[in-house]
Amino acid sequence: MTTSDQGTASQRQKAAPAVLVLEDGRTFRGRAYGAVGVTFGEAVFSTGMTGYQETLTDPSYHRQVVVMTSPHVGNTGINDEDMESRRIWVSGYVVRDPARVPSSWRSRRTLDDELAAQGVVGISGIDTRALTRHLRERGAMRVGIFSGDVPADEATLLDQVREAPEMKGASLYEEVATEEAYVVPAVGEKRFTVAAVDLGIKGMTPHCMAERGIEVHVLPATATAEEIYAVAPDGVFFSNGPGDPERAEHPVALMRSVLERRTPVFGICFGNQIFGRALGFGTYKLKYGHRGINQPVQDRTTGKVEVTAHNHGFAVDAPLDRVSETPYGRAEVSHVCLNDQVVEGLQLLDQPAFSVQYHPEAAAGPHDAAYLFDRFVSLMEGQRA
Amino acid sequence: MPKRSDIRSVLVIGSGPIVIGQAAEFDYSGTQACRVLKAEGLRVILVNSNPATIMTDPEIADATYVEPITPEFVEKIIAKERPDALLPTLGGQTALNTAISMHEQGVLEKYGVELIGANVEAINKGEDRDLFKGVVEAVRERTGHGESARSVICHSMDDVLKGVDTLGGYPVVVRPSFTMGGAGSGFAHDEEELRRIAGQGLTLSPTTEVLLEESILGWKEYELELMRDKHDNVVVVCSIENFDPMGVHTGDSITVAPAMTLTDREYQRLRDIGIAIIREVGVDTGGCNIQFAVDPADGRIIVIEMNPRVSRSSALASKATGFPIAKIAAKLAVGYTLDEIPNDITEKTPASFEPTLDYVVVKAPRFAFEKFPSADSTLTTTMKSVGEAMAIGRNFTEALQKALRSLEKKGSQFTFVGEPGDKAELLAQAVRPTDGRINTVMQAIRAGATPEEVFDATRIDPWFVDQLFLLKEIADELGAADKLEPELLAEAKRHGFSDVQIGEIRGLREDVVREVRHALGVRPVYKTVDTCAAEFAARTPYFYSSYDEESEVAPREKPAVIILGSGPNRIGQGIEFDYSCVHASFALSDAGYETVMVNCNPETVSTDYDTSDRLYFEPLTLEDVLEIVHAETLAGPVAGVIVQLGGQTPLGLSQALKDNGVPIVGTPPEAIHAAEDRGAFGRVLAEAGLPAPKHGTATTFAGAKAIADEIGYPVLVRPSYVLGGRGMEIVYDETRLASYIAESTEISPSRPVLVDRFLDDAIEIDVDALYDGHELYLGGVMEHIEEAGIHSGDSACALPPITLGGFDIKRLRTSTEAIAEGVGVRGLINIQFALAGDILYVLEANPRASRTVPFTSKATAVPLAKAAARISLGATVAELRAEGLLPAVGDGGELPLDAPISVKEAVMPWSRFRDIHGRGVDTILGPEMRSTGEVMGIDSVFGTAYAKSQAGAYGPLPTKGRAFISVANRDKRSMIFPARELVAHGFELFATSGTAEVLRRNGINATVVRKQSEGEGPNGEKTIVQLIHEGGVDLIVNTPYGTGGRLDGYDIRTAAVARSVPCLTTVQALAAAVQGIDALNGGDVGVRSLQEHAEHLTASRG
Repeated sequence: MTTSDQGTASQRQKAAPAVLVLEDGRTFRGRAYGAVGVTFGEAVFSTGMTGYQETLTDPSYHRQVVVMTSPHVGNTGINDEDMESRRIWVSGYVVRDPARVPSSWRSRRTLDDELAAQGVVGISGIDTRALTRHLRERGAMRVGIFSGDVPADEATLLDQVREAPEMKGASLYEEVATEEAYVVPAVGEKRFTVAAVDLGIKGMTPHCMAERGIEVHVLPATATAEEIYAVAPDGVFFSNGPGDPERAEHPVALMRSVLERRTPVFGICFGNQIFGRALGFGTYKLKYGHRGINQPVQDRTTGKVEVTAHNHGFAVDAPLDRVSETPYGRAEVSHVCLNDQVVEGLQLLDQPAFSVQYHPEAAAGPHDAAYLFDRFVSLMEGQRA
Repeated sequence: MPKRSDIRSVLVIGSGPIVIGQAAEFDYSGTQACRVLKAEGLRVILVNSNPATIMTDPEIADATYVEPITPEFVEKIIAKERPDALLPTLGGQTALNTAISMHEQGVLEKYGVELIGANVEAINKGEDRDLFKGVVEAVRERTGHGESARSVICHSMDDVLKGVDTLGGYPVVVRPSFTMGGAGSGFAHDEEELRRIAGQGLTLSPTTEVLLEESILGWKEYELELMRDKHDNVVVVCSIENFDPMGVHTGDSITVAPAMTLTDREYQRLRDIGIAIIREVGVDTGGCNIQFAVDPADGRIIVIEMNPRVSRSSALASKATGFPIAKIAAKLAVGYTLDEIPNDITEKTPASFEPTLDYVVVKAPRFAFEKFPSADSTLTTTMKSVGEAMAIGRNFTEALQKALRSLEKKGSQFTFVGEPGDKAELLAQAVRPTDGRINTVMQAIRAGATPEEVFDATRIDPWFVDQLFLLKEIADELGAADKLEPELLAEAKRHGFSDVQIGEIRGLREDVVREVRHALGVRPVYKTVDTCAAEFAARTPYFYSSYDEESEVAPREKPAVIILGSGPNRIGQGIEFDYSCVHASFALSDAGYETVMVNCNPETVSTDYDTSDRLYFEPLTLEDVLEIVHAETLAGPVAGVIVQLGGQTPLGLSQALKDNGVPIVGTPPEAIHAAEDRGAFGRVLAEAGLPAPKHGTATTFAGAKAIADEIGYPVLVRPSYVLGGRGMEIVYDETRLASYIAESTEISPSRPVLVDRFLDDAIEIDVDALYDGHELYLGGVMEHIEEAGIHSGDSACALPPITLGGFDIKRLRTSTEAIAEGVGVRGLINIQFALAGDILYVLEANPRASRTVPFTSKATAVPLAKAAARISLGATVAELRAEGLLPAVGDGGELPLDAPISVKEAVMPWSRFRDIHGRGVDTILGPEMRSTGEVMGIDSVFGTAYAKSQAGAYGPLPTKGRAFISVANRDKRSMIFPARELVAHGFELFATSGTAEVLRRNGINATVVRKQSEGEGPNGEKTIVQLIHEGGVDLIVNTPYGTGGRLDGYDIRTAAVARSVPCLTTVQALAAAVQGIDALNGGDVGVRSLQEHAEHLTASRG
């Protein structure tokens, strides 16, 4: 055969070997991706086919090792506009076929380089579908990725995985939230002021509010009721964030004090769980969670179905078939996931407060649920009138 | 809210014959829809003129009308059946146009038929360019994104030059207003070109007006498939990205699902625009397809068009995602909402979601330019491909390489050996999009082209270009490695390299590579297409192979039968074979087997995951089939593999499969050889005492000449080992024989040319039969309308035969039985005979299901393919008769006298092709098959059946007007009586001088018109071609002979195609047409469903 001798074969540099070890002992061998080293976290899978940059920078993924079911990742590189926060939060990244060359007019650098620069350990070239099916059947669990000079002895690695902390019972929101309050100004004429409690907020959320004439005061997770009311808010927002809602004692207490003052409330994701707990509902860990941008959610008030972005491992335990009595009046489940009937939204019937478990701000994901920000605006308008 | 209770019966319109741009995908979608509606308890009435479809099987609908899809015939059906509703969105443009036309004529209102699945306003908004521009404008206001291509209207060269600046520079598209067929339009890359093209355009335009449009050539191209229900729930089922950028029709592009090179932001922008468009257009329920162009430099989005109906792309999207668009569209049309419909594959989640893929799908088009050597092979915005293959892999490279090998065409797979050629030349070649451009690009890469150079030449997205580099690099490593290490081999397999490719690179035989690979334990696993990337468990076994870790094939207990399908549609091997495979699957499932389908054609019913117990969407190559057999053998007992129903593709694999220990059921490979090998088949005939035309084989002109001299001209010559009559020609003299041999590059000592005596004026007869080793069941006898010498696939035929008597049938039966026995057939056999001078010659035998099986089955109301599948697995004709699958007594050779007459007519793709100068291609029929599809006309007498077949294929026969006749000398005698009949029916005859003279001598008045070669007369007398173009001719009869008179004939026939005037190119067709015209003028032509025909036939057989 005739091979051109300037041989591009050398371009296919082989990355260091890597191994992924699940806490139940199953292992997958592949190649290092991103930073070389060791990492631990909760193994979860995300089914979105687009939006890896948003996913990586979503603080809700803190301490999780994200398995991408979509095989090709990194095709559009990393740009300067699609960051959902200041850094990558996932504790590990699992992909099948990373891009070698990104292609997008907005791309600034490769995903591989970005992961390496931020010290995120990943693995590529493994059967991600087999891993996903395993997690689906056995549930999300602890995992370790070891790359570079990997010790051959898998038992040692397994011990290390089993020593890592579990997600259940973890309080993580303070680790990701802003330490200083900051303001996202309204786009155009300012109509409302909202205090947003940052439990791991995504950048798109205040942006969606700002677009509707809201000046958003993003406050640290440790904010007190006094600090909230110091900004004279028309409404209070509780953001998404990582960890077990059972451990969110402070945000739940904060939510209660806001509800007592009947200020309009909107919560997203972790905010929905906090709202639920504040109303007296329980929360529980889903077997393997909802992570993707194709989830059908029905708005039970209109019967309409929206395709939505999800990222949650916990859910609120509230009855679907009846209105519940709470300290703040009647409450009902407003949204439900049609795949598995999980509670996806709550609302109070006697005062202006509601929340959803999924992501109306999208990023990544469809914009079908953007109307919820309008609903929040209406609540605030209603309160003024 | 469940389904509507006010609709009890619904009329579904199919898409008619397979043509380029409207193919088997509408059988897939229509079949799904009919089944769904029937399951909902509705009475389903179907009209489709295409007998080769599953949807026209009598059990799919309640009343199946194989009648022409014209407003006239559909109205007759409506008048008879009085359906409550009409569903027009599943039969392509044909169904949509027919429905709109009936709406406009008030037919729907008259009979109180409600249009469901689409409303007329929405269809118009989607299809009318100006209205659609308004839609895009409104959507832009709402979403802030999306626009139509910018354009300016110009009336002078000054306007034109200024216009270029307005549009932001060159290149620009120039479109003169109000010229026919886009005449005078073109791309201008600089001022010189602009002055030339626009100058000509301004002159050509009757209003001195040209439209200048910005060029979006080379932009990224995307498609979205959307569905909407009556509650305004909208989902995007699939995104598709074209590998070939803007400028190539999406049907001719390599396409990829999901989109590979969009960030979420850009993707959601397309999604927002798509949803806003489906709402603005007002598609209330059902699916639509929207195409976008995206500027690779800044992401500007242009909305190209939308189809407010189920389309080719939606069939592809359904197969790519497992989300059955047509099925769901039908449910939405009768009132369901998306959230009320369960997802078939998970069974637990609803259809109101968006599928997510954990694999990559690649579709590659199959072209047939070799059949139309004069056609321009440049790919443009007019679709030219005749079929497609789809492949699924866990990454792009795997899917791409599988798709390319699925095309089953020499050179379609990448080759990494040999001199690639000159880099600059290859890059220059790659600028012009053609069939196989991707292979040229690969050779350019091998020749040292850089990614930038490839992008500059082709505008193929850099990510895709890099994937090609990746393949090349792996090939280099394979070539350079000391030995095949397991890791490298597995890596190559993960990127789709076939054993053949690896063998080529390593200088090894395919089977040696396979042996090494198996020894190293490198084998594929099978993954499931599940709509949800494994988030939920899949209940439906729809598999694809991948070199990954974990297989999902579940164990089973029942014996499995593996049915090999027919691969991408091509001329000569189309939907007819899929029909037989699907029937086999149904019959064997009923008989207690687990059915396993293997195919790679996304357009078909066989690749619907509902059809068989298991579906493997895989290439039909030896390697891929062997691996499936292996996987299924591990899963449970395998009764065998069926190779005789999918056409030549699986038949070609049978010997190699058997050599690898795979059990072939039905006709064994040795019998296939006995029928296909000339020498062996000659011995079968000799033993049975059956005559074949004299023939010989030669490898040189001298040899061929000696044979021809001995058996006499004309002779039929063809290269050996070709299909579909490829390269076959009737040679009338020595001069042409010499040039034929000289032109034919494929002739060599191992590939001789076959020289047969050509039987002039013979009647050609096709027979389909079943044989179980003891008993013959004559399925049907078809008499061709055109004489022998025209490929049977291009010839019209009648069943039962219209001029053969009982004695002839008896001879056919005896001969068929002798051949079936001599060859050793178990199942179906198709034999072509020629009756010349009372001698019955055997032309050829095919030990497999033929193209005519569906036609024969429908004409005689007997499911031949089902019976063949059962016989393959050991049932006898007697048992099948007892069971009721075959009639208790009699067969297709002895139909009752009052049995209906069925006529099959071929449909030709002439109008699709132009030569490089933009002229049409010639329409003469010959021994090489060129038709893409067929229709069936069925009625109680031949004339009416023939008239229906013409109406279904080309539009109604004229019943009066002007007929132009110009025939070859040898046809002049047989033309006289039909010509007289035409006059009797009130036709005015035009003829060229020679033909007119003969007519006048026979007392038939004919006006002489000028030949094209004579030019316009001194007093402005028009030539025949001018008359045709002016619409002054209603029927054309033009028979070609040898090379004489060809040029004139060419102009006449291409003009006929351009103006859609019926054009008969044989005197036999003229005679049949006259009978048809007679029937049409004789009174009302009725419609009758296949179920009524069958009932009648069964009663007569009784």
